[in-house]
Amino acid sequence: MAILEVNNLSKRFGDLEVLRDISFSVEEGQVVSIIGPSGSGKSTLLRCINQLERADGGEINVCGMNMMKTADGKAVYAPKKTLREIRLRIGLVFQNFNLFPHKSVMENIIEAPVHVLKKAKTEAVSEANELIRKMGLTGKEKSYPCELSGGQQQRVSIARALALKPDVLFFDEPTSALDPELTGEILKVIKELAEEKMTMVIVTHEMEFARDVSNHVIFMDGGFIVEEGDPAELFGNTQNERTKQFLKRFKGM
Amino acid sequence: MEFKDVANVSKILLEYLPNTLKLFFFTLLFSIPLGAVVTWLKKCKFKPVSWITNLYILIMRGTPLMLQIVAVYYAIPMLAAGIKKDGGDSWFDRFITGIDTRSDNYMFIALVVAFALNYAAYFAEIFRGGIESIPKGQYEAAQMLGMTKPQTFFRIILPQVVKRVIPATSNEVIVLVKDTSLATIIAYAEIMLKAKQMMNTYSSIIPLFIAGLFYFVLNAIVTLAFVLIEKHYAYYK
Repeated sequence: MAILEVNNLSKRFGDLEVLRDISFSVEEGQVVSIIGPSGSGKSTLLRCINQLERADGGEINVCGMNMMKTADGKAVYAPKKTLREIRLRIGLVFQNFNLFPHKSVMENIIEAPVHVLKKAKTEAVSEANELIRKMGLTGKEKSYPCELSGGQQQRVSIARALALKPDVLFFDEPTSALDPELTGEILKVIKELAEEKMTMVIVTHEMEFARDVSNHVIFMDGGFIVEEGDPAELFGNTQNERTKQFLKRFKGM
Repeated sequence: MEFKDVANVSKILLEYLPNTLKLFFFTLLFSIPLGAVVTWLKKCKFKPVSWITNLYILIMRGTPLMLQIVAVYYAIPMLAAGIKKDGGDSWFDRFITGIDTRSDNYMFIALVVAFALNYAAYFAEIFRGGIESIPKGQYEAAQMLGMTKPQTFFRIILPQVVKRVIPATSNEVIVLVKDTSLATIIAYAEIMLKAKQMMNTYSSIIPLFIAGLFYFVLNAIVTLAFVLIEKHYAYYK
């Protein structure tokens, strides 16, 4: 079943067309990487799917529910209740983590399970402990975000998103705020999630990682999807001139 | 002035210190919540409400507090005089003419109203600055976790705002300690009024310096309190 379906999506900021006729879908268990130069619309695409920006046209379906469609040339969003239901089934990991600085690691992770899903605190804590262990954060439960390294903060934010048990997890350049050493530990965590068949959509500048971890790659430029396909094919043997030009810098990897 | 006069002046000022403190605490008690309400009204999406709030802040911050005290204090008696002349009898008219403007309570209430309205305008701008300094990402993270708007505000934004507004708030509170002396304009019996009277009695400037020492000690205490409050919130950045 397609977890995510995007059809003919368009978005403009004033006169600037940021997304033009974007269509793609994500199947359950798939890991899709979105690559492309800065300003190509990758992050805006993610933000539209996550309801952080309003799209201007097209259609988005998540987990079989319609989130938005176009009628008479105008974007029509689903009722609030549906939008909320959709929201709870997707998670987003931000480039700069956006952890709650006044809450400890544990409090960050159990915030939504306790106050949004209304789970008992003991249950939320025991589930959070499992996530903390999985993310290699044991012993940091009581630490505050300011006491952690960037890599640790990003792992907390992944745990926080996973605590809602989403059907699909989105990453918006999850390693762009980290130095190369810390990048590795985040990529390792994402790889482990991929092995567990977690459905993920990752906007990234890490080409090597995109090639290794994903089973589908989308290359965007100027608001369009220029090319998409199998990672080995796209990275190793693309016929598209624009893709070739973009990937030239990463040759020899 | 001899030493025994200094001791005597200090003793008398100490007797009037509670009046200064009363004005200080009641102003804080009302102006901080009122400031929060004003912030909320200013951020109201219905523009006329926001405009009126802006006008209120402009007037409160743009005119002397001393003038505002006089205006509030004399507003009721003047209204009452007008009503008596015209012979009005609505509930409002009866309310205004029913206020006993000669009682001690009336003076104190008028002062607290003037001070609270004035300080609320300053606090409102401090709180607004605090709210607007919280990064957009905090709202987005809360939104992604399915939190409602009230949950986002009270659980995520407000606790961070409180920490951020402490330094600016401490400034206002320190100014308030000294501003209580403006109440002398309507002859409220607090330490500055008494100090001025004793300057005449002793033909000396020393009583004024002693009053100054009182304000200084009060503000040393206020400063210390804010250091402790800041420490309390120092566990995160």
